[in-house]
Amino acid sequence: MRMLKYVVKRLLMLIPVIIGVTLLIYVVMSLAPGNPAELILGSDATQEAIAAKEAELGLNEPVLLRYGKYMLNVLRGDFGRSWYNGYNVIDEFMSRVPNTIILGLLSVSLSIVVGIPFGILAAVRQNGVIDYATLVVAMLFASMPAFWFGLMAQIFFCIQLGLLPAVGADSLVHFIMPAITLSGGSIAGMVRLTRTSMLEVIKLDYVRTARAKGASERRIISRHVLRNGLLPVVTSVGSHLAVIVGGAIVTESVFSIPGTGSLMINAVKIRDVPVVMGVIIIIAVFVGCVNLLVDLLYAVIDPRVKLG
Amino acid sequence: MAIIRVAYTGIKGIGNGCPSKRARGIFMKKGKKAKLSNKSQMGMIIFRFKKNKLAMVGLAIIAFLMLLCLSASLYIDYQDVYSQSMANRFIPPFTTREHIFGTDQFGRDLFARIIYGGRISLLASIGVVALSLVAGVVVGGFAGYFGGRVDNILMRICDIFMAVPRMLLAMAVVSALGQGTFKMLIALSLAQFPQFARTVRASIINLRNQEYVEASKCCGTSSVRIIFKHVVPNGLGPVIVSATLALGSTILAISSLGFLGIGVESPTPEWGTILSENRTNIRYYPYLGLVPGIFIAISVMCLNFCGDGLRDALDPRTKN
Repeated sequence: MRMLKYVVKRLLMLIPVIIGVTLLIYVVMSLAPGNPAELILGSDATQEAIAAKEAELGLNEPVLLRYGKYMLNVLRGDFGRSWYNGYNVIDEFMSRVPNTIILGLLSVSLSIVVGIPFGILAAVRQNGVIDYATLVVAMLFASMPAFWFGLMAQIFFCIQLGLLPAVGADSLVHFIMPAITLSGGSIAGMVRLTRTSMLEVIKLDYVRTARAKGASERRIISRHVLRNGLLPVVTSVGSHLAVIVGGAIVTESVFSIPGTGSLMINAVKIRDVPVVMGVIIIIAVFVGCVNLLVDLLYAVIDPRVKLG
Repeated sequence: MAIIRVAYTGIKGIGNGCPSKRARGIFMKKGKKAKLSNKSQMGMIIFRFKKNKLAMVGLAIIAFLMLLCLSASLYIDYQDVYSQSMANRFIPPFTTREHIFGTDQFGRDLFARIIYGGRISLLASIGVVALSLVAGVVVGGFAGYFGGRVDNILMRICDIFMAVPRMLLAMAVVSALGQGTFKMLIALSLAQFPQFARTVRASIINLRNQEYVEASKCCGTSSVRIIFKHVVPNGLGPVIVSATLALGSTILAISSLGFLGIGVESPTPEWGTILSENRTNIRYYPYLGLVPGIFIAISVMCLNFCGDGLRDALDPRTKN
């Protein structure tokens, strides 16, 4: 019951956040210089045509009124149409989102599957060769721009060696290189976080007790240290996901994947307000829900954490 | 290092602050580093930072890069950044004296473009961090100091900015404001400042309840003295660390926006923009991609080393 109350409270708290984000972007976009109707029709359009287009887009009304109408429509599931290409924003988004979801899921799983074991290994063999090697590689990946790594990997593995397809999203194989590119940074973060949090737990008294009573090293790590050591790592998955959603934009651009990121970039370049707004709203809601889920998960795996 | 560790982990309660008399005694007894005992807290921090080789190397390289970029006009003709020469297209690097890093598809000198691009990449990231730091300190300071309703409202505003991934928010703001270096600076600062606000707030709330602040209040110390002598020096640490790390991530963000074509606009050189201009030719002339990428990676890595070094220097307890 308390959990349900907490979930409802958190979901309600999401509303002002969404309103704040959308209002900010909507108002700034509307106040930006340049008449959208003129931009859409081109410089040789007649005054009448521009006026008609303005009326069609509802640009004659006050900004706040327009914003209110827009948000009411959003609540009904209508995100409007693109100013420039005329497509329905939500349909276009839905047709592209599977590619982004595949890419995101692959990247998150990759960073968990690779990041956590190496972090544990580095912590268990603290100050050993493996520890330093992992940290150096992690540091390298954290410092490289993802798009640069993607470009270089694309040229080397896909074009020079021809091992993997370089562009497109036709099959799962197409996602291997993009997923590696996208997860590079978060693998690095995961390794470092796992290592630090494991090392913190290894120092604790109850681990010493386990050693003293003669438990094997394997049992100490897997039974005693891991359970507490991985708690912060679990909570970090949420923030990693946010980073991955942001990074997906760049990766999709490098590998020419028709996902939501490329939709966003094109819309940003031509200032297509309905498209930018739609993508931002959906992603903000998504990130908010993921963070809520992570917090709930945290309370489930760690009974000391009280929700509310 | 071992001596310091003895001093800092052996005795309780001297983790953050000047070494107590007992700690000094240990330094003396060991017979070495006796000079250390006279150092102020700042001196101790600098001493620990200097001991960290990686951090020092990082600092040296980043300082060298900054110097190289800022004094660019002394050894590079500004004309070289833009002047095209179809006869000199795609000269490979390290083959001629005039073009150390070679030339691009228009015969422009890559070295000149990288160095002048570094000015934008490095200076813009400093600008973003400075701008968002000011906003973050003001917002976080108010929230932490006043607490209660003010805190609640300000932090909810920060939540708004943190609800959307940083890169996406920056893109949305760029699309609202239009393109341009300065507008990108504003967009990235807007996306960055809530993090600083949170750090500052946490730091202030943490300090407000510290015993030594209470103790100096009891001694009748004035608020001004408490703030400047106790709260600021101790609370600044985490903020400096996160600012240093933010410098690196901002360089990455600026170059990503440049690469996507919504940051600094070509032909103005910026490391990400240079990569994006040469994108189609990297396949045949890999150096066009390698050189700018290496510059980005090295500067971000060095800043990360500095940040980690600072964190360890400011709080010796985090050192394993």
